[in-house]
Amino acid sequence: MSQVAVNLQKSPTLLEVKNLAVEFDTYGGTVQAVRGVNFTIEQGKTLAIVGESGCGKSVTVQAMMGLIPMPPGRITSGSARLRGVEVLGRNTIDGREIRGAEIGMIFQDPMTSLNPTMTIGDQIAEPLQVHRGYSHRRAFDEAIQLLELSKIPEAAKRARQYPFEYSGGMLQRAMIAMAIACKPSILIADEPTTALDVTIQAQILDLLNDLQKETGMAIILITHDLGVVARMADEVAVMYAGKIVEHGSVDDIFYRSAHPYMLGLRAAMPTNDPSLQHELQPIAGSPPDLFSPPPGCGYCARCPYAMQVCGSAHPEDYFVGETHFSRCWLHHPDSTLKPDELYFGNMD
Amino acid sequence: MAALLEAIELTRYFDMGRKQRVHAVEQLSLSIAEKEIVGLVGESGSGKSTLGKTIVGLLDKTSGSVKFRGETLPQKYAPADFQRLATKMQMIFQDPYSSLNPRMTVGEIIAEGLRLHSDKKAPEIKETVADWLLKVGLQANHMSRYPHEFSGGQRQRIGIARAMILGPEFVVCDEPISALDVSVQAQVINLLRELKETMGLTLLFIAHDLSMVRYVSDRMAVMYLGSLVEIGKADEVYFDPRHPYTEILIGSNPEPDPELERSRPSTAIQGEIPSPVNVPEGCRFASRCPRVMEVCRHTTPELLPLKDVDRQVACHLYT
Repeated sequence: MSQVAVNLQKSPTLLEVKNLAVEFDTYGGTVQAVRGVNFTIEQGKTLAIVGESGCGKSVTVQAMMGLIPMPPGRITSGSARLRGVEVLGRNTIDGREIRGAEIGMIFQDPMTSLNPTMTIGDQIAEPLQVHRGYSHRRAFDEAIQLLELSKIPEAAKRARQYPFEYSGGMLQRAMIAMAIACKPSILIADEPTTALDVTIQAQILDLLNDLQKETGMAIILITHDLGVVARMADEVAVMYAGKIVEHGSVDDIFYRSAHPYMLGLRAAMPTNDPSLQHELQPIAGSPPDLFSPPPGCGYCARCPYAMQVCGSAHPEDYFVGETHFSRCWLHHPDSTLKPDELYFGNMD
Repeated sequence: MAALLEAIELTRYFDMGRKQRVHAVEQLSLSIAEKEIVGLVGESGSGKSTLGKTIVGLLDKTSGSVKFRGETLPQKYAPADFQRLATKMQMIFQDPYSSLNPRMTVGEIIAEGLRLHSDKKAPEIKETVADWLLKVGLQANHMSRYPHEFSGGQRQRIGIARAMILGPEFVVCDEPISALDVSVQAQVINLLRELKETMGLTLLFIAHDLSMVRYVSDRMAVMYLGSLVEIGKADEVYFDPRHPYTEILIGSNPEPDPELERSRPSTAIQGEIPSPVNVPEGCRFASRCPRVMEVCRHTTPELLPLKDVDRQVACHLYT
């Protein structure tokens, strides 16, 4: 087990999440939504967390933000350290609030995440009044500047309008303005462009990139769109059934995909590269029931390479590259199958 | 090429009161050949769904006409028209959660068409429904279950079975995959393609996922604010777009290829799709077009064939 991944980064990390597990009590039993997630993120970098609905990607970041309703939710184990200071279960670090000040967040559906009875300007001013103690007037002026920074035209007029007067793309810009109001060191973007058209998506992604360059904040981007990942991410964590099954640089993930789930996803998507045309191959079956997760690998039931061991024991993180690991028995040092025999559509 | 379905100067407005009108589809002509898949793309609010619904008669036509096998369909469907045409044209809806009646069993939902439009007896209907459940990858005993017991992908397949059971010739698929996960999208797409082969279907495939439309369709049509701006062979339109809007739309589509994405200049377009209420004169794209000319602001360009490629484009750059 010498190749088990312990810590991927050597450079100083901004945020380190270790062995995070979250459960929810429901009428049907206990759902193990997140089952031991590890990742780190550096300043100024973008980490994309990808996976299909129900894989636990949103719950992971909500736990960090203290947004899990408890009960029915419960963080059963793990830690999340921001510059070495634990944030789980706490509201402040050194007097600075975590939520809103240290970590900003934008959501998938800006229509329902904003208060319809407050003007946009007041809503952006609110975190400044709460976290910085600004007067309303000063906060509102700052809100107008933030709207300008988010490239909303006629910001002074727009700040006095209500959410219903904005289009979807504009609302997402307003959300971004609100999230960066207190200059957070991490911005969490939970499916920020899923509800938007590709043209507006391109605008929002450009805006996030520009803001990251200006402020040096780290971005955690949650998405299921591999195109958005390719455009935005420095690093990618692929989640499946509450665990990160593959983690590496964006090039590792796309050009040297290792985990069978990632291979399956790529085979299920159309490619626009004429040299790589293939018939779409759907992944058979559906994700496992997280009320009673399987004893072995979560992907086992759908995996075309599944072996006997996969159904009975959890694989660990095995390195397949310097900073690239896969949580799959195929990549265990004793595995007879060599990882590169599995690679699908390698382009290098 | 024999056209199975032809929309001729089809127009659909919605009155909003106070003399405001939404010009959802305006003077749109489109002909779809037999056994062809035409992909329809465009931003939300461009009128794609309205066009689909108007073509199958779920919405009345404000003006213009739709011809099916040479027969001009009525401007407004009477119950008898639905009765007659339901066996020829069907629709698959976008949202598999709201398009199935939660109080009907899956068997009832799928059988309803047969019950109303064929003289088959109950046992025979039941058999056909069971057949179709198997064909779309479900099981015959799912018949007695309710929609809420199924996942999104399974529900979408129930919607497909419901549309296909009458053996239609033409089906409008309104964003059939946008509510689904990637791994499930492929299942639904492959099912549609397989049914197209075995049943000789003609499809109007509405979607906003450009890569998927290119993969599925024979021809791709690009819609902007109620009008077609470009139509041609799907691959050619994707790899060699001619209309400035198509260029921007395809340039905004993120590809799952990091190197390509890094090398690609940002093509983000300024502004958003204008309101389809009281649209301005001239080219509707003029307000956002990077190559706008004086003529664009007062003359509406027509959809005309290009000289060098097999393509129709509505843009003054080419006239």
